[in-house]
Amino acid sequence: MANQVDFAEQAMPFMDKLYAAAMRMTRNPADAEDLVQETYLRAYRGFGGFQEGTNLKAWLYRILSNTFINTYRAKKRRVEEAQLDDVEEYSLYRRIGGLESEAASRTPESEILDAMPEEVVKEALEALPEQFRLAVLLADVEGFSYKEISEITEVPVGTVMSRLHRGRKQLQSALYELARERKLVPEPISAATKSMSPPQSKPSGTPDEL
Amino acid sequence: MNCDETYKGMYLYLDKEITVWRRWKITRHLDRCPPCSRGFDFELELREVIMTRSRERVPDDLRRRIAEAIGVEFSDEVNDPPQGL
Repeated sequence: MANQVDFAEQAMPFMDKLYAAAMRMTRNPADAEDLVQETYLRAYRGFGGFQEGTNLKAWLYRILSNTFINTYRAKKRRVEEAQLDDVEEYSLYRRIGGLESEAASRTPESEILDAMPEEVVKEALEALPEQFRLAVLLADVEGFSYKEISEITEVPVGTVMSRLHRGRKQLQSALYELARERKLVPEPISAATKSMSPPQSKPSGTPDEL
Repeated sequence: MNCDETYKGMYLYLDKEITVWRRWKITRHLDRCPPCSRGFDFELELREVIMTRSRERVPDDLRRRIAEAIGVEFSDEVNDPPQGL
């Protein structure tokens, strides 16, 4: 059984990370502060029940996730569920790909990634539907395994994988749109803008090098 | 394994949630297929960008409030990860 005296020493170092997650989930500093404070208070009170040797970071995220759901989510739930239609097979790489590399050490795609400012990344994350957002944060920002995410969010591993897949695709789509608004990516060629998938057949006479 | 199959396994591969056998087959394909390899590299770079450009720093005031609430002295040292982990 864990000793509450150890709590500060073990749990405090995760505060920046939990705060970042709280910022993405609540989308504003005041709510994020409340969420982190509430998470630490609950964790402190419950630390006696934490099994030492198990994953403290995952345990803290589980409290954060539960606190968020109970406190902030109820009112918005229906709206979020309605957003679940998505861009399942979107690929940012394919979207900005096809740019010929100029034998430079950096590929054009890499240069576009390099140019993505923090606020674009944050805004794209925050634009995700909640369930997808949490899965992507836990996997891609925090590096949790599917099993850990399943335990933190209390859904089966298969659901985690599905949320991650769709969340990542939507994130890529949002990043592309935000980057395009800021002219960080070249404007798409007009004929290619409508369709996500490459045209199956070209009209006769269309040059191939497009 | 062809390019489509390789892409289908991309997330499992990059998430290290894949069997050794499938991992080996994908790695073998990537070694032989520069376009797929470049696509996988892009995905990894993107993750790095997402991770490193979404960080936040807890406001000192909040850190202090939490420290006080759980009965420890506020100090800058709590910013550092524990030693010896």
